[in-house]
Amino acid sequence: MSEKAVKRPVARKDMTKLQWTLKEMRRNYIGYIFIAPFMFIFFLFTVIPVALSLVVSLTNFNMMEWPDFIFMDNYIRLFLDDDLFITALKNTIIFAVITGPTSYFLSLFTAWFINELPPKIRAIITLIFYAPSISGGALMIWQVLFANDSYGWANGWLLKLGIIDTPILWFYDVKYIMPLCIIVSLWTSLGTSFLAFIAGLQGINRSLFEAGAMDGIKNRWQELWFITLPSMKDQLMFGAVMAITGAFGYGGIVTALCGFPSTDYAAYTISHHLDDYGGSRYEIGYASAISFVLFMMMMGSNLLIQKLLKKVGQ
Amino acid sequence: MAKRLKDKKMRTRNHEVVLNRSVGGDLGINIFLVIMGLFMFLPMLYTVLQSLKPLDELFYYPPRFFVRNPTLKNFTDLLRLMGTSWVPFSRYIFNTIFITACGVAGQLVFASIAAYALSKVKFPGRGFFFKLIRYSLMFSSTVTSITSFIIISSLGWMDTYLAIIIPAWGTTLGLYLMKQFMESNITDEMLESARIDGATELRIFWAIAMPMVKPAWLTLIIMSFQGLWQSGSSIYIHSEQLKTFSYAISQILATSIARSGAAAASGVIMMIVPIFVFVISQSNIIETMGTSGMKD
Repeated sequence: MSEKAVKRPVARKDMTKLQWTLKEMRRNYIGYIFIAPFMFIFFLFTVIPVALSLVVSLTNFNMMEWPDFIFMDNYIRLFLDDDLFITALKNTIIFAVITGPTSYFLSLFTAWFINELPPKIRAIITLIFYAPSISGGALMIWQVLFANDSYGWANGWLLKLGIIDTPILWFYDVKYIMPLCIIVSLWTSLGTSFLAFIAGLQGINRSLFEAGAMDGIKNRWQELWFITLPSMKDQLMFGAVMAITGAFGYGGIVTALCGFPSTDYAAYTISHHLDDYGGSRYEIGYASAISFVLFMMMMGSNLLIQKLLKKVGQ
Repeated sequence: MAKRLKDKKMRTRNHEVVLNRSVGGDLGINIFLVIMGLFMFLPMLYTVLQSLKPLDELFYYPPRFFVRNPTLKNFTDLLRLMGTSWVPFSRYIFNTIFITACGVAGQLVFASIAAYALSKVKFPGRGFFFKLIRYSLMFSSTVTSITSFIIISSLGWMDTYLAIIIPAWGTTLGLYLMKQFMESNITDEMLESARIDGATELRIFWAIAMPMVKPAWLTLIIMSFQGLWQSGSSIYIHSEQLKTFSYAISQILATSIARSGAAAASGVIMMIVPIFVFVISQSNIIETMGTSGMKD
């Protein structure tokens, strides 16, 4: 510490805040150099696009003509004059409300249940549960299981058992599209948050449980609420962010299973609407409004859930 | 094992269930795990079995789960189907490997040096930058897809590898995990003594910090790899000879049962690599995730 004192003859209290900051900036300038390449790319492809989408959403930009500011017109059109957007909004919320919490609690409880198993068995179960989330290629098996003809697994057995007499067009029937897509989404949803929960549980000091038992914790549920969850609060937050961000982003799975668009737009989500206006029609201004609404939904629910999670164990 | 024995000992010694584990609860948990495990595992297994079925077994009615006469014909069919496309099959594989390798390498270099600076160099503003990173985890790239498109096209990167590789370098999850891991696994004292010895920050980063956070950079490599390996069709790439393996394989869809064998074979090829990579690195990933928590 004495070396530092020699290097800095003027004490902090003798400097204004600005002087101090400038001095620290000079002293640690290397930090800016180190983050510069990453931050440049991060700003260029994440921060600026978000800001830009807010600005562009107030215009009628279409990549051909010089844009005019039309202010809230895109948003008014979205909410009052675009039935398809309302369908997409409704489906996105249904998807998010069902798959978000379900995948979150599925990840949490599975991680909790396997926590006390021997490490080898735990590793195998972890692999089994995590594998679908990284095997995008295996998604097609659901099309085989729920194929339209009688050679599909579901139809084959339902016909054989006499429950139905004609094959069901699973991924093309409005009645089944949403439930099936939700099931498949859940199948792929035990991802990063699941691993974070496993790690968080492993990191809890076991003596806490023993102390808790002495202090009158009666069953494993009380233990979960009063000891386990509060000890891994940071992981719960991180897992929630991963789950929420994932839950609003569904679209790829629906397109892969049902084609685009799905029958009667039964599983049409905001990200489809975005692709349609941005990718096919080049109504960039309007598409930016859609993406900004999606951005606000994701941020809003993330910040809300963070607030709620702070109450865990209190 | 030792942990389990200790549990039992505690139960018997005090003549009460010290760790609050009821037999009913254990049973319920095991039933839950078996049912969920089957739900997760059977589709994966079925993909593998389906890929090994000869044509006549694909047409069994009612469908059979297991394969009677396993064959690799679906895999050779797949190669034949891919051989008929006018871009050579090897070109798709090259594209995927090239994009994945460049994307992962750049992400590793830029994200780890930035993570080091954010966690261990005390420059003013680091809190602000890290907050931005944290917020960026709260929305997906779908949100930025439209305006990124404008930026990439105005940079003139349309129909080049750059459009996929460079944005991948700015992915924040890997940086976030690495920064958190460095924060709790490298003490300032270790770095301080090296600084006093006159080592440059770059040297400290490379020779001291990086070797200590091996699990974190392995995790970063794997996450970045998983994303890029599966990158399929992209709005930025039009030329057939620049498209990826995953795109080429997705063209052989399960449109008919006759093709479902080849489609399953393609699914197996696509999933085997990420799963294998995860298996060999699982313990490192879990270790990294141990510090993934979000503090205020």
